[in-house]
Amino acid sequence: MDLGIIATLFDSALRLSIPLLAACLAGLWSERSGVVDIGLEGKMLVAAFAAAVGAYAFDSAWIGLLAGVGASVIFGLVHGFASISQRGNQIVSGVAINMLAAGLTAIVGNAWYGQGGRTPPLEGVQRFSGVLLGHSALVYIVLLAVPLTWFVLGRTRFGLRLRAVGENPAAVDTAGISVTGLRYTAVIIGGVLCGLGGAYLSVGQAAGFLPNMTAGRGFIALAALIFAKWRAWPALGACFLFGLLDASANQLQGVVLPGIGEVPVQAIQALPYLMTVILLAGVIGTAIPPRAAGIPYVKER
Amino acid sequence: MSPAIELIAINKRFGDVHANKDVNLTVERGTIHGIVGENGAGKSTLMSILYGFYEADAGEVRVNGKPIAIRSPIDAICAGIGMVHQHFMLVEPLTVVENVMLGAEGGRFLRAGEAKVRTELARLAKEYGLEIDVDAIVGELSVGLQQRVEILKALYRGADILILDEPTAVLTPPEADALFNLLRSLKEQGKTVILITHKLREIMAITDCVSVMRRGEMVATVETANTSPPELAELMVGRRVLLQVEKAEKSPGRPLLEIEKLSVVDTRGVLRVANASLTVHAGEIVGIAGVAGNGQSELLEAIAGMRRPILGSVRLGGREIRPSEHNPHQMREIGLLHVPEDRLRMGLVPSFAAFESAILGFSHEGRLGHGPILDHDRLIADLSAKMEQYDVRPPAPRLKTSKFSGGNQQKIVLAREIERNPKVLLVGQPTRGVDIGAIEFIHRRLIALRDAGVAILLVSVELDEIMNLSDRILTMCGGQITGERKPSETNEQDLGLLMAGVTDEAA
Repeated sequence: MDLGIIATLFDSALRLSIPLLAACLAGLWSERSGVVDIGLEGKMLVAAFAAAVGAYAFDSAWIGLLAGVGASVIFGLVHGFASISQRGNQIVSGVAINMLAAGLTAIVGNAWYGQGGRTPPLEGVQRFSGVLLGHSALVYIVLLAVPLTWFVLGRTRFGLRLRAVGENPAAVDTAGISVTGLRYTAVIIGGVLCGLGGAYLSVGQAAGFLPNMTAGRGFIALAALIFAKWRAWPALGACFLFGLLDASANQLQGVVLPGIGEVPVQAIQALPYLMTVILLAGVIGTAIPPRAAGIPYVKER
Repeated sequence: MSPAIELIAINKRFGDVHANKDVNLTVERGTIHGIVGENGAGKSTLMSILYGFYEADAGEVRVNGKPIAIRSPIDAICAGIGMVHQHFMLVEPLTVVENVMLGAEGGRFLRAGEAKVRTELARLAKEYGLEIDVDAIVGELSVGLQQRVEILKALYRGADILILDEPTAVLTPPEADALFNLLRSLKEQGKTVILITHKLREIMAITDCVSVMRRGEMVATVETANTSPPELAELMVGRRVLLQVEKAEKSPGRPLLEIEKLSVVDTRGVLRVANASLTVHAGEIVGIAGVAGNGQSELLEAIAGMRRPILGSVRLGGREIRPSEHNPHQMREIGLLHVPEDRLRMGLVPSFAAFESAILGFSHEGRLGHGPILDHDRLIADLSAKMEQYDVRPPAPRLKTSKFSGGNQQKIVLAREIERNPKVLLVGQPTRGVDIGAIEFIHRRLIALRDAGVAILLVSVELDEIMNLSDRILTMCGGQITGERKPSETNEQDLGLLMAGVTDEAA
């Protein structure tokens, strides 16, 4: 394999890992605050849809991005309301978000544009184009979120409180800090990051929205989050690894293996998922989630 | 000089429960003030109101003579009130410094505040002897040190009034002594301490004044020098209680339970019981004293067949138990019954009706129904009779298990196990979270069983309980049995040393 192929491989791995990374960091913020978020997929999907709609309607990728982030934050707040204020089951709420997003984007898209749930193709300023090394601004914004997350969580007052609330909300409460406020803030940050990831899919990587275009990336991001043990830099590594797997799956298509013949496309496409299962099952050792994750906070009597 | 704390006509309801009824309390500055009462008497609620964790429905709080509104812990902290909760309010994966800073970071970024915390902690360490490794992960510290972190947190925030909720529940006797010395030196510095406890001995040892609560009401405040444990117990319960149950001398019979060189590892592979050997004879109560988490729980569970020992043997009535039959079901069949230490997790199903909880583990018994079908009428009638016999209140077999108080839940478990005529009875923490009245009842029952020839192995973290009930006392520390004593030939200091691992050989 020569250098050109490797460079292409890494380049496409980076592209493929960006939406994963955005969703993974979104999950990191949410879960470090104690709110389990399996609605990453759904939030990315509405963000992708809203971004494409916004970009098409206003002829601007940036307005599209704003619309995507807005939609994702609204969905995040719905999850927050259910799981923080109403103390509902966070898994159920997350599943509901995912189903709502899948149904709503398809139906509304079809009603507005009549193209089977797709948005009209985006072109020119309606899309993010490369600004540096062929990558768009969105790529760099998402990459920048990694050191930012690391710094804010580890070095600031807000970060300390957020880490504490995900481990023992009662300790935060008795210190006179609002548990609810911290968790809502985390959920909103998660919404913004999912919005970046979703917008990248429809107005960065592709040229328009396709029904269910997230294709399980939100769940792979959750896997990466566990793999990274809820830490920012390892999250970058995990997402890049999954991106690399995805990219090599593309490269391997049509390759003839001795004794087996041509490997079916489906088998290669299943590779990242298979890898996820293997990694989660054994390789990474015990990954201990934030202790209060998934548990609504109720003042005990 | 005005009192440090005045609470005037405090009222607080949780739904139907009137947790605090017109409570008045005055705490003088520079004193150690005890608050006693049974579980659910409203002590913790009252202190949570003072600390701003709950808001009172009605009433007034005055600190140093000034009426103030305490709506959140922030208000309490600003008024110079600090609290050490019974369940520590610590974030285990964070360091000591981070825990102390939380909520008092001193700026948007941590670096500046951190330096201040370090100097301040060094000063407190010198002034009060509160040494600690400030960079240690809190979850890896011993319970005693975790409590120290809680106290440091309060002092760092400038607390003048320190509330401690059941602080000795998790400490060894030497650690408790160290805590009391600290409280005395805080008092000398002019600080005010409020100590919530149910251990009358501690009240007598350290407080200047004591207030007694019963069913949400403040029934008395007296000077400690002018009162006695029996008087306090009577005030707490509302009737005369015997703190020490009468027990006749009895010579033990043949050995019924023999444990030899038993070793147990937990699910993470850590050795929890190391080479433990003991014998319990018919008509004998053997008490195991130790600080929680030193292998007593695992030992009991291993004997009961809930955990598989890695080494060692268990003999019951002279017969060796084969590994294949060493499970809770078979052990019960052959006469070893178990009152587990955590009744809500292992002894009962909180969401079941009481009559269902009362047959857990015995539902296969033919007399309870017709084949696989349970006869509810019979179960209810059965439990009704037992409830009367054991004075369970309310005597309502259909009531959800979780609706009973701790003491009454414990009586249901006890009734269930004792009814099966044990040869050997394992009892873990029989009176944890149980009120004084019920403690007396449970102790009488256990002694009656012992007099009837049952071999009883008792595990408890309450030294008084061990001393009162046992015919022989074993101490455990770090999974090992560190000593054996007769209750008449020992005292708390002696047991405390053994519990801390100072064995006879080493001493």
